[in-house]
Amino acid sequence: MATATKTSTNGKDTRRLIMGNEAVALGAIAAGCDFYAGYPITPATEILEEMARVLPRRGGVFLQMEDELSAMAAIIGAAWGGATAMTATSGPGFSLMQENLGYAAITQTPCVIVDSQRGGPSTGLPTLPSQGDAMQARFGTHGDRPALVITASSVKGCYDATVLSFKLAKRHRMPVVLLLDAVISHMREPVEIPPPPPPPVRSFPKLAEGDPRFGDAPFVPFGYGPITVVTGLSHGGDGLAETRGGVQTEAMIINSISKLDQDPEIRAEWTGDYRLDDAEVAIVAYGITARAAREAVDQLRERGVAAGLLDLRILWPFAEERLREVAAKSKTIVVPELNLGQMVMPVRAAVEGAAKVHQLNRADGTLLTPEDIAAFAISVQGGQGA
Amino acid sequence: MPKLGLDIDQYLRTEVLPTVWCPGCGNGNIVEGIGTAFQRIGLDPEKVVVVGGIGCSGRTPFYVRTNAMHTTHGRALAYATGLKMANPELTVVVTMGDGDALAIGGNHFIHAARRNVDLTAIVYNNGIYGMTGGQGAPTTPVGSRTTTSLLGAVERTFDTVELALAAGASYVARTTTFDMQEIPLRIEEALRHKGFSLVEVLTQCPTYYGRLNRIGDPSDMLIWERDHTADEPVTLLSREEMVGPLRTGVFRNEEDPEYIEVYREMCAAQGGSYAAG
Repeated sequence: MATATKTSTNGKDTRRLIMGNEAVALGAIAAGCDFYAGYPITPATEILEEMARVLPRRGGVFLQMEDELSAMAAIIGAAWGGATAMTATSGPGFSLMQENLGYAAITQTPCVIVDSQRGGPSTGLPTLPSQGDAMQARFGTHGDRPALVITASSVKGCYDATVLSFKLAKRHRMPVVLLLDAVISHMREPVEIPPPPPPPVRSFPKLAEGDPRFGDAPFVPFGYGPITVVTGLSHGGDGLAETRGGVQTEAMIINSISKLDQDPEIRAEWTGDYRLDDAEVAIVAYGITARAAREAVDQLRERGVAAGLLDLRILWPFAEERLREVAAKSKTIVVPELNLGQMVMPVRAAVEGAAKVHQLNRADGTLLTPEDIAAFAISVQGGQGA
Repeated sequence: MPKLGLDIDQYLRTEVLPTVWCPGCGNGNIVEGIGTAFQRIGLDPEKVVVVGGIGCSGRTPFYVRTNAMHTTHGRALAYATGLKMANPELTVVVTMGDGDALAIGGNHFIHAARRNVDLTAIVYNNGIYGMTGGQGAPTTPVGSRTTTSLLGAVERTFDTVELALAAGASYVARTTTFDMQEIPLRIEEALRHKGFSLVEVLTQCPTYYGRLNRIGDPSDMLIWERDHTADEPVTLLSREEMVGPLRTGVFRNEEDPEYIEVYREMCAAQGGSYAAG
């Protein structure tokens, strides 16, 4: 949402009119990002261009790679070289990144991947908005892994979500996906952005030779401590491959997943509530659709329908408990999405029949408007849901 | 840690031995060459990262006692590029097989050569996919038998050296496991070279290539290597000449502008201090 007008001492408006992708780049710089590797793709290209412009003058690294496979590989390599690293892409590139995203997960490598969604599958709809990668962001790579996926529904939200992505990537030493869409990426809003901090100074905890490198161990890159072995094979705390069953790897993954649910900052940022306290109809949405849903809530309230919004600001891990709380009070849940029904699945699973869940979907590259959502909510209220 | 009694013991992770490699495999000779080159230069293991891909050769990082990064199939050079750019003080060596570097990783290979970041790439070329059991590779000689070309390989063979030269690699050499003394020499030259350097080592796979093509035991394969190569580093051979022995030696050793050095100047020109953190 647009922030209130801020004025400097001379009375001038100090807000800048920038697009979501620029806000992502500014957020990355604010979070200490000093390495970007990427490949051009609409609608994420402005992030690449902005980082190409800004990073060299700060002594950071900008690398244009030969494809998204190598962009993802390069940021993981860079993290192990001590950098705070990110990349950005859209669906086709995000598909290519899944292979090395799995490597980042199993090697517990902190990094940030922005996926500005466009219609799919394949080349799909360049470059119309979509929310078709919600499940891919969670389950796109083979195998099981902890996942952190963050969304935004405004330009300032892009900035804040980027800062949060880096913070959580470092704290939980894992890849974090920032899930945007073509409209959020290209939309311009006036925002107040603090001046960028000086380039980051690298500092890592001290490790002794026998200390574990994985599991609950801190992330210490190559060259900042004793020699370390990193592999995509299942491995123990010492990094050496465990080839006769993945007992230690399984334990580390389960541990990481449970730590996410307990993180106070994730719990605080998990969802955004709007007029939800007395809502009989709860709209559960995220990203650009949450923005429309917020307006739909006001329209519904004006028409006498007690509606509220639960904005899934952190998509994964899924805010299961919060959904159960909402279902206990609001007997009708509406899930509008720019796909053919993805996040409605965990919503249904969490609610377990405590409320009627109705899905409103569209995957033709057109946004759901507040009017669409409000009309749908009225049509299903008191009707049959599944 | 157990000792092998070699003078390069300090560069071997002896506690994880034996290797996954078959008896008679040439890969151990290349690891010895890497360790010897490290020792001759006197590299600090904490400031070295050996990056491997997937396949037999990709396991090398486990056996060299330095930092190790065992990555994904074909992508080792992309990982290494990010790593080296993030911390140019590290010496980064990339070990790949022929399938790893030239089939699934072919695109990363040519672009790493073109970009000229200061990396040392070592391609272990045994002409076959060993770890998966002997399938044909882009380097399998035409007519050779593999489990996916039982009547003889039809596809034409990639020449690693020609490919690297065409893509702009600034140091390019080829040697064989028959020329064991030469392996550490070439790797040392490559390590000292500023820019992307490629050392291709022809290595024997007696378990699959040797058996399927009835070449004999590992020593017969070494003799085969000797008889099918010529120490004349000439390139751009005609089609007629290419049926002759495979050329070995140093094909190119030029001081081309190295990416990191150029990037550092570019940052400085804009007031940025690269790799200062």
